Order: sequence, then C-alpha cells, then structure tokens
Amino acid sequence: MSAVSVGSVTPSRTGQITPSRTGRKTGSLAWLVVPALVMFVGFGIIPLIGVVVLSFTNWDGIGAITPAGFANWGSVLTDPALPHALWVTFLVMFLSWAVQTPLSILLGVFISGHQKYRAALAVLYFLPLLLSSAAIAIAYKALLDPNFGLGAGLGLPFLSQNWLGRPALAMGVVIFIVSWQFIPFHSLIYQGGVRQIPKSMYEAAEIDGAGRVRQFFSMTLPQLKNTIITSSTLMIVGSLTFFDLIFVLTGGGPSDATRVLALDMYLRGFRGSLMGPASVIATILVIIGLVLALILQRLGGRGGATSQLEGA
Amino acid sequence: MAGSTTTARPAKTGGSRASRSADDRSAISSSGRPNFLGGAFGWLWLAIILIPIYWIVITSFKSASGYFSGNAMAPPTSPTLANYKLVLDSGFAGYFLNSVIVTVGAVVPAVLFSFMAAFAIIRGGGRFLKGVNAMFLMGLAIPLQATIIPVFLIVIKLHLYDSLLALILPSIAFALPLTILILGNFIRDVPNELFESMRLDGSSEWGTMWRLAFPLTKPAIVTVSIYQALQVWNSFLLPLVLTQSPDLRVLPLALFSFQGQYSVNIPAVLASVLLTTVPILILYIVGRRQLLSGLTAGFSK
Repeated sequence: MSAVSVGSVTPSRTGQITPSRTGRKTGSLAWLVVPALVMFVGFGIIPLIGVVVLSFTNWDGIGAITPAGFANWGSVLTDPALPHALWVTFLVMFLSWAVQTPLSILLGVFISGHQKYRAALAVLYFLPLLLSSAAIAIAYKALLDPNFGLGAGLGLPFLSQNWLGRPALAMGVVIFIVSWQFIPFHSLIYQGGVRQIPKSMYEAAEIDGAGRVRQFFSMTLPQLKNTIITSSTLMIVGSLTFFDLIFVLTGGGPSDATRVLALDMYLRGFRGSLMGPASVIATILVIIGLVLALILQRLGGRGGATSQLEGA
Repeated sequence: MAGSTTTARPAKTGGSRASRSADDRSAISSSGRPNFLGGAFGWLWLAIILIPIYWIVITSFKSASGYFSGNAMAPPTSPTLANYKLVLDSGFAGYFLNSVIVTVGAVVPAVLFSFMAAFAIIRGGGRFLKGVNAMFLMGLAIPLQATIIPVFLIVIKLHLYDSLLALILPSIAFALPLTILILGNFIRDVPNELFESMRLDGSSEWGTMWRLAFPLTKPAIVTVSIYQALQVWNSFLLPLVLTQSPDLRVLPLALFSFQGQYSVNIPAVLASVLLTTVPILILYIVGRRQLLSGLTAGFSK
C-alpha cells in the first residue's frame, strides 16, 4: 500500500498513466471517473504543478509572467522571515496536536458510552463546527476584549488580558480557538474507534481484574492506534491551512508571532504582489504536507494512514 | 471492516438506539464503574463550548450603549432587534443567496462525481483506476490552499475572475478526495453477492450503480453532502482571492467586511455572525443524526 502513495508523490507520473491504460479490462467502468478526474486535474493537479512552475517566475498578479530562474528561491531561502514562519507553523502544528489529541481521546471515550445524555452532549459539542473560521475569529476578537469581554463579564481578572497584543498570549489564543473548533470533530472520530473495540475484550479484562485505568492504557489506547493515526494526519495536515482563523484574528501579529506559512504566502502574494516568492512558500507548504503524511503513514506500520483511510 | 458501519448505522434509526446497540458493542459504559474523569471533562467541555456561544447570543440583542455599560455576561436589560435589522439592511439577503448558489453548485456535482468515481474505483480494478485512486489519496495529504495562486491564474485565464463560478469549480475539486474516500468505504461494504446477483440478472454496471450501490450508500451520501456543504459554506480564502465585487460576496467574506466597517458596533457584528449560522444550524438540526453517525463510521474505518 505504501508503494502506491510513494509513487503518487510525483503527480506527473500518475498523470502519464491516464491516456495509455484506459482500455484495459476495466474499460467499461473507467469512464465513470472521468468527471471527477477532469475537475481534480484541472483545479488540483495542474495548480499543484503550477505552483512549482510559478516559483521560478516573476508575476505581480496582473501583468505578464516572466521567468526568474532561481532568484525567488534564493531570496526566500535566505530571508530570515522564512525560518520564523516555519517555526511558527510547526509550533502551531505541534501545540494544536498535543492539546487536541489527549482531550479528543478523553472526550471520545466519554461519548462512546451509550447513555442518552452523552449523545445529547455530542450534539452540542458539534456546534462550533457549524461556524466558519472567519465567524469564530470575529466573535473571539470581541470576546477577548479586556474591558468588555469574557473576563470583565465573569469577574475573573486573569481573563482580562491583552490577549491578542502579546506574542505568547496570541499564540495561546490561536491554539485554544483551534481546539475549541476541532476537538469535537476528532472526539467523534475517536468515538467511532472506541465503539469498534469488541466488548468481549473488556469482559476478558474485567475477569482478569484489570481496572478502568489499566483497561484504558493496555487495551483501549493500543486498539485506537489506527484511529490516532487518522486523526493526527487530519490535524497535522489541517494545521497547515489555518489561514482564515489567523488572518481574521491576528493578521499574523503581534509582530509576526502568528504568521504561519499559509498566511505568509497570502500576504506576500496577494498583498505584496510578489507571486513568485509566494509560490516558493506554497511549494514548501506542499512538500511539508506530503512529507508529514508519509511519515505518519510509516508510523502506522503496514501502510498506516492511507491504507487505513482507504479502508484496506 | 464490515462490522464498523453496522455499529454506527443503528444510530440513525432514532431515539431507542442507546439501549439497543449497548448490547453488542463497547463495554465502556457497562462496566458499572462510572468514568469520573471523562464525565467531569465532558461537562467542563460543554461549558467551554456554550459560554462563548451564550455570550454571542445575548450580546447580539444588546444595544451599543447596553454593551458598553452593562455586565458582559448578563442578558440584555432591554433586548433589541436593531442589530439584526442593520445586518439585513446591509445586503445580507444577497450574500446569503450567493452562498446558497455556490454551496449547492459545488456540492451536488462534487458528490455526484465522487460517487461515480468511488464506484468505479471499488468495483473496477486495473492500473488506471489504481493510479487514479492513489492520486485522490495524495490529494488528502496536500494542503490544497497552497495551490491558490495557480488557481487564481487559471480562473483569470478562463475569464471567470469575480464570478460565482470561479468559487464553484475549485470547491468541487477540493471536495473530491475526501468524498471519494468516504463513499468508497461504504460501497466496499456492500456485500459482493448483491453485485453478483445484479450481474446475473443482466444488469449493466451503470444500472447496478444506480439501483444497488446508490440506495445502499444513501446515508453516506447525505453525510458527505452535509459535511462538504459546511466546508463550502464556510470557505473564506477562495472568495477572498477570487472575487472582488461587493455584490458577489459570500457570507464569510461579507462577515469580514461587515466587521471591518462596524468594528465598534460589537453587538451588530455578533448579530451578523449568528445570522450567517442560522441556515447551517437548521441543516444540522435536521440532519444531525445522519451527520454524526455517518462521520463516525466514515472516518474511523
């Protein structure tokens, strides 16, 4: 399984398969993928190749596109802003993963119980997922206002801080909001994973006298391994795209403390009219996404993430 | 693997599900000892979810002066609908319509194309379909937002810049990998004997797809449709980059410019946040069982 996706890292290779092999014995079915394939190649694969191509050009977003050789790569790779943006991106990735995973497992195990009130709680937990990241960011900006927001309302002085004005606090706020938004979704995935663990295993453990904590660590957790990998993959690749939330909430500030790569790409390209360097950043983002997905897949043993996702 | 969907499926049938499915799966709750840690955290998390939402709701009914003078957590002393009126007067009906057009226009083809592709990938074989499948799986690992600059270029070249179609086409493409994956998982669970008997009855693959696979995967189709509708409805980067005219704004973008314009009038900004959520909330209330159980089954395979 892993061989399949390793091969697919080079999009052009998969693309080449298209014309020559259509007529095999599956010819009668293969045409069914054509609409999806056309859309995905047109607005997924070609842009993916295009982002690499554009990284070697100069373009202001309006005028002509001119070749630039390695100039953009040279300037971006030597720009001290790049290591900073990379650091912020990985920090957001790691912190959001490290906060969300244990809490999602805890919550997922909790709502996997079949009591009715837990099902009702699960319905309420899901509410943040209905809001757009833009809406959440706008609401939290107001909520975190030191004078009129939550801290003042609850009479808790420690909640009345200049949350978005200080770098470390702003990072904390981003991680909190991401958790607020996505923990429900991941706990739902864990709920599904927990419910697949056969009851007989717990009965056997019960007879052997294993307590609840012991059961959790020696049975539930190992049984959830593939679910953990699926959920972590979604979290980690997803964290590369926290553009909307950060753009609306902090705009990357204060003093670039929350300027992740995706935001850096947008600001350079669409605000700074430097599409070439922005494409370099985008290419780096794609590479990070693919490398991380491959690593996570390896962690899963026998093909891990993708084959798990594939349902194989 | 077949067992994994049957776990979740009873959940769709309704209220009595808790007692019924408790028999066959998950002893977590039946071990007799309550899960104190989980319980405590479960209720704490409920508070963490609901307090901000409560605050958004009450504040949206406050007058500007009431917001600055009263306690932030107390309900408004004289509730007003003025904020909602201001939002509606700012053209939100048009933005709402734009969002509906983009969402329906993207989700219907995306799910239809995905269903056909997933059927072909699961039922067919051979290198071509394997290659296509691998390509879609790779799509899951790529942060598609990173392709926004070439998408912008393509949209300009197609003369679609600043149109709703410019939002619809990339949205379809972005929705495909996950939708194909989830629908494929469900089509794989259809027992092979059913396909065999369809074949013996002389049904074409096209007929089998619509008369057998489609009805049997309908719950999954509804689930992914709601999920993708949420994604498209809430999408922000595509409209930010690909449209320009105020009258082509979709709701998240309209929200953003509204809060730029009325940044001091927090109650009105929060009213706009709530108004844009109402349609999706109604969809969630109608389809929540389907969505929650379907997502559980779709992702935990």
